[in-house]
Amino acid sequence: MQLDILTPEHKIYSGNVYGVQLPGIEGSFEILDRHAPIIASLGKGRMKVIIDKNNTEVYEISGGFVEMVNNKASVLIEDAVAVN
Amino acid sequence: MSGQLKEVRNRIKSVTSTQQITKAMKMVSAAKLRRAQDAIIQMRPYAVKLQEMLSNIVSSSSSDTDIKLADEREAEKVLLIPITSDRGLCGAYNINVIKLTRQVIKDKYASQQAKGNVSILPIGKKGFEYFQRYGFKVIDQYWSIFSDLSFDNVRNAAVYAQKAFINKEFDSVEIVYSQFRNAGTQVFVSEPYLPIPKVEKKAGSKNIDFIFEPSKTILIDELMPKILNTQLFKAVLDSNASAEGARMTAMDKATENANEMLRSLKISYNRARQAAITTELTEIVSGAAALQG
Repeated sequence: MQLDILTPEHKIYSGNVYGVQLPGIEGSFEILDRHAPIIASLGKGRMKVIIDKNNTEVYEISGGFVEMVNNKASVLIEDAVAVN
Repeated sequence: MSGQLKEVRNRIKSVTSTQQITKAMKMVSAAKLRRAQDAIIQMRPYAVKLQEMLSNIVSSSSSDTDIKLADEREAEKVLLIPITSDRGLCGAYNINVIKLTRQVIKDKYASQQAKGNVSILPIGKKGFEYFQRYGFKVIDQYWSIFSDLSFDNVRNAAVYAQKAFINKEFDSVEIVYSQFRNAGTQVFVSEPYLPIPKVEKKAGSKNIDFIFEPSKTILIDELMPKILNTQLFKAVLDSNASAEGARMTAMDKATENANEMLRSLKISYNRARQAAITTELTEIVSGAAALQG
C-alpha cells in the first residue's frame, strides 16, 4: 500500500510499505494492505512504519489524523521526531 | 572648475556603491523568495489533504454538527491579525497591509473601535511598531515570528486566537495579509478567520463508506483547530514570500534608477571636464598671443 506522511513543513515519508502502526486516541492500531476506508484521530505516541520484514522507521508524534482510502494511507501530523 | 569636477566624481562614486548594494539586496531577496515559495509548495499537500478529510467527514454526516469554533455571535469584540515584514526596503508592501487594516477597522468595526473593543495581534516588526506607536490595543507576544519562522511559532499565535475566541474574549477574528501571486504581484486581503465559515457539503461527491475513529463529532472537533493552524501558517508563508517579492521588485527599481542617475551624472562630468580643457586652451593660446604681440 502507498503511505504518505505529511506535516505542514514538509513531507516526511512517501512510498510503498507493508503497513503502519499508529497511536489512535483509543489505543494503538495497525493499518495493513487493503484496509477498509477509515479516518481516525491519533494521539500522543509512537508511529511505526513497517516498510518490509527487516526495515522499520519509528517516529514520536503528538496527535494528528490518518486517512486510508483506495489502498492509499495519508498520515497528517503537525510534528514528528524520528526515533532510532 | 576642478572643484566642480571633483564633486561630480564623488557623486558618481557614491551612486555606484549604492547601486552595488541594491543589486546585492535584489539577489539576496531572489534567493529568499525561492526558499519562501518552496515552503509554500511543501505545505500544500498537507493543507489539501486536511480539507479533503474534513469534507469527507462532513459530506457523510447527515446532521449539522455543532462546532465551538464556528459559533457565530454579534461581533462586539474584534481581533485583527495584520501580517507585515520585519524589515523595510520593500516598497509599499508594509504600508499597504497597515492601510488595509485601518480601512477594515474604519469600514466594518468603527463602532467597536470607538468603544475600544478592537485589538490588534500584529505579526512582523513593522506592523507591531506602527500599531503600538499609534495607540492601538496591541497584543505583543507574537510579533517576532519572522525571526524564527517555523510552524510551531505560528501555531502558538493560532492557538491563542482560538482560545480567546472560545473564551468569548473576541467574537470575530480576521487576518490581514498579502496573498502571494508572483514576485511582482501581491494581493492584499482581509480574510475571516473565526468563526469558521460553515463547511459546505460537496454535492455529488462520491460517498465512501468510511470507518470513523472514534466518532465524527470528535474528529471534526479535532480537525478544526488543525485547519485553523494551517490557515494562519499559510497566511504567514504567503506574506513572507510576498515581502521578498516586493523587496526584489523595489531593489530592481532602485538599481535601475541608479543607472539612470549615473548616466546623467556622467554627461555633466564630461561636460565639466570639456569646459575645463577649453578654458585652459584659451588661456594658453591667448597668453602666447600676448607674448608674440
